[in-house]
Amino acid sequence: MISSSRLSDLFVEVADTLVEHFDIVDFLHGVTVNAAEITASSAVGLMLADHDGTLGFMAASSEDARLLELFQLQNAEGPCLDAYRTGEEVADFMLATAAERWPVFTPRAAELGFAAGHCFPLRLRETVIGALNIFRAEARPLEDEERRVGRALADVATIGLMQERALRRAEELTEQLQFALNSRVVIEQAKGAVARTLDIGVDEAFEVIRRYARANRRRLTEVARETVEDRAALRALAASWTPSGQPPP
Amino acid sequence: MRVRSSYAGKRVAVDAHDAPSGSAADESGARELAGHALAGAVVDEGLTSLPAALQRICRATTSSLSLAGAAVQVITGTSDPVVLGSSDSVSRRLGEIPFEVGEGPCLEAFAIARPVLVPDLLGGGQSRWPGYVSAIAGEGVGAVFALPLLVGAVRLGVLEAYGAAARSLSTLEVSVALVLAEIATACLIDTPDGSASALLDDHGLMKAMERRVEIHQAQGMVTVDLGVGLAEALALMRAHAFSRDLPLLELARLILAGERIALLGTD
Repeated sequence: MISSSRLSDLFVEVADTLVEHFDIVDFLHGVTVNAAEITASSAVGLMLADHDGTLGFMAASSEDARLLELFQLQNAEGPCLDAYRTGEEVADFMLATAAERWPVFTPRAAELGFAAGHCFPLRLRETVIGALNIFRAEARPLEDEERRVGRALADVATIGLMQERALRRAEELTEQLQFALNSRVVIEQAKGAVARTLDIGVDEAFEVIRRYARANRRRLTEVARETVEDRAALRALAASWTPSGQPPP
Repeated sequence: MRVRSSYAGKRVAVDAHDAPSGSAADESGARELAGHALAGAVVDEGLTSLPAALQRICRATTSSLSLAGAAVQVITGTSDPVVLGSSDSVSRRLGEIPFEVGEGPCLEAFAIARPVLVPDLLGGGQSRWPGYVSAIAGEGVGAVFALPLLVGAVRLGVLEAYGAAARSLSTLEVSVALVLAEIATACLIDTPDGSASALLDDHGLMKAMERRVEIHQAQGMVTVDLGVGLAEALALMRAHAFSRDLPLLELARLILAGERIALLGTD
């Protein structure tokens, strides 16, 4: 049986999803290993939905290839898919009576020596993002305490995943913003540098930079950046200019 | 006295009133107050989507904390703060001051990823940010509260609120401000098409950048005139603008017209 301190350690680990270099796969693997141990189950796996709602295998308590296959086939049928689609637990399914419900999944699960299982949706309010699946060799339902802990672990995984997604989204956003804003700024800076070097207006300086980038088949922002960061590059660009607007012979 | 307030999973020290330390009741009370203020805020006609949401947040910040105004500044790693939303045009201008002078509570809050609360700008801020304080005090601001917009370790910008007179925030008010900063963060990362281009093209960030075109052109010129790097060029321009009591843009225009500024200490 799980101790409350073990459970609270796991919740503390979730708070770490907010730091840099957090490894989501490692974290989810930890959730499945703990879930297997705590619920005295043979195996635990976790599946996540991608952007178009297809379930994919994410982590399992053991790396047995046949177990992974059992999860992979659940993108077509099985307790994970049902829990994901309904947002409800698939409580204490017994494989002896499941062949009709999941004709492909049931015999494959039985081959691995499983007799029963339980599946928790990974759910935050209206949003379901995946499922946590417990398998056991004995044909008995989960005890109340095991079920409570299983739910708590599914919540831990959900919170960790949601936080990690927000973090990644924010990272992407800052990178894109930084790139876009800096690209814009660097062109203005380069216009100023070229205008001063050649003693021409900033509009004409822009033409010089543009023509140079085109003649050398290079991106405008790349040339601009080089121009403001490297004196030699500024000199080379300036040397390409002639007052008539034509490149030197 | 110094009270400790929980923020983004860290315990941070903030300057605030003598008030009871934060509790669960405070936290839910803060959410309720922020919610009421957001619901009661009226947004300018014609504003939609993100600028409207940010103005609503800025106005809710202003009303719930009984302050004069607020602004949301976006800051990317290496660039300077840009105002993306504000409660009113005065606050928009106040929000541009950190770029103008290159310092201030918003840049500090962003750098340390913690709130920077300055209840008495003239009392405590002057030695920390001389340029900033002289610029903003001239606009009639006595207190500044800067709250970083964070998603874990990722920093997006700052929600900054301005008080006309020196005053502290109570623990509850700090909690309300943190809730509003959290909501502003959610608005930024949940832009409808999920990309920065929405922020840039549709939501005025590029427009805000346009006001700086001449400054950046002049910055490029100064790198050539003085043989210095970009960062140093801008720092020199700010120093000259400060010592000559000129807005940065005015100085930039003089440089564009042919003026050459000197390295400091040589003129």
